[in-house]
Amino acid sequence: MRRHHDMGGLPAGPVDSTPHDVAPWEKRVDAILRLLIDSKRRVMTVDELRRGIEDLGPDAYDRLDYYQRWISSISNILIERGVIGMDDLGRRMAEVEARWLEAGRKRREAGP
Amino acid sequence: MSGDHDHDHDHAHSHPHRPDIEDSDFDDYQLMAEAVGELLIEKGIFAAEDLRRTIEAIDAIGPAQGARVVARAWVDPGFRARMLADVNAAAAEIGIDAGPIPIRAVANTPGLHNVIVCTLCSCYPRLLIGLPPDWYKSRAYRSRVVREPRVVLAEFGTVLPEDVAVQVHDSTADLRYLVLPMRPRGTEGMDEEALARLVARDCMIGVAVIDR
Repeated sequence: MRRHHDMGGLPAGPVDSTPHDVAPWEKRVDAILRLLIDSKRRVMTVDELRRGIEDLGPDAYDRLDYYQRWISSISNILIERGVIGMDDLGRRMAEVEARWLEAGRKRREAGP
Repeated sequence: MSGDHDHDHDHAHSHPHRPDIEDSDFDDYQLMAEAVGELLIEKGIFAAEDLRRTIEAIDAIGPAQGARVVARAWVDPGFRARMLADVNAAAAEIGIDAGPIPIRAVANTPGLHNVIVCTLCSCYPRLLIGLPPDWYKSRAYRSRVVREPRVVLAEFGTVLPEDVAVQVHDSTADLRYLVLPMRPRGTEGMDEEALARLVARDCMIGVAVIDR
């Protein structure tokens, strides 16, 4: 059976070739993967990244954009491997969010 | 993980400069990217310095690297033969690290035009020509270029004569491709550096040809 990511030859709309910049957080995700797969560390492989993306399911595959799929897959694989804990990740995301919101608040208070 | 609030992510792709992230709306995936990086650093998987250097390296690699390899192949038949046999080894000769994943060069000829794609995901010769453009990763390109390459090429403004065959190469995690464009006519007097400047990214993907 054809899986969702296996789209070669299917009908689709026109190619939108508008150029775009890669956002800093996207480069961070790319860099994290490069470090995790490099020959020194071998924490995971590119094939695993793709397997993890395919495992997100058709709905997430269409809803998430490219690096959102990557970081979701990387997180799941690291949790599967026991490299990081799911609770640790949830806690840390909440901390980062609080930090960023606070930084944003201070910035607005400081004015333009 | 909270997971499900859907922001419009377009803003994440359109900043001309590095924004302070605190200034922009952020989403769960940006939080996840920050948090995963911090946890991996704390666990000693890599150092903050490694992450910073890797991001710098990503910024430093662009199509100019691949263009240097192409230009050398145009001026040096021996190099061209070695490149067609093993791109990674040939690139290393001129000081370019093409990475551990094998890259195969596919040479355009007067009767054959090559195009690359990764129908399954986004495999791409990143270490030679930088991060893939968004359209290379899009459903439209991945789905259609293997079935109707001439139509897709025309959308890029590339119309090939009927008697030129088109070959599409589907990359994988273990084998990537790089198109070796034809050296344009009338460039006999140009040096290697000037030649390299003619070689745009899209010509090494194969959705464009070098016109002069």
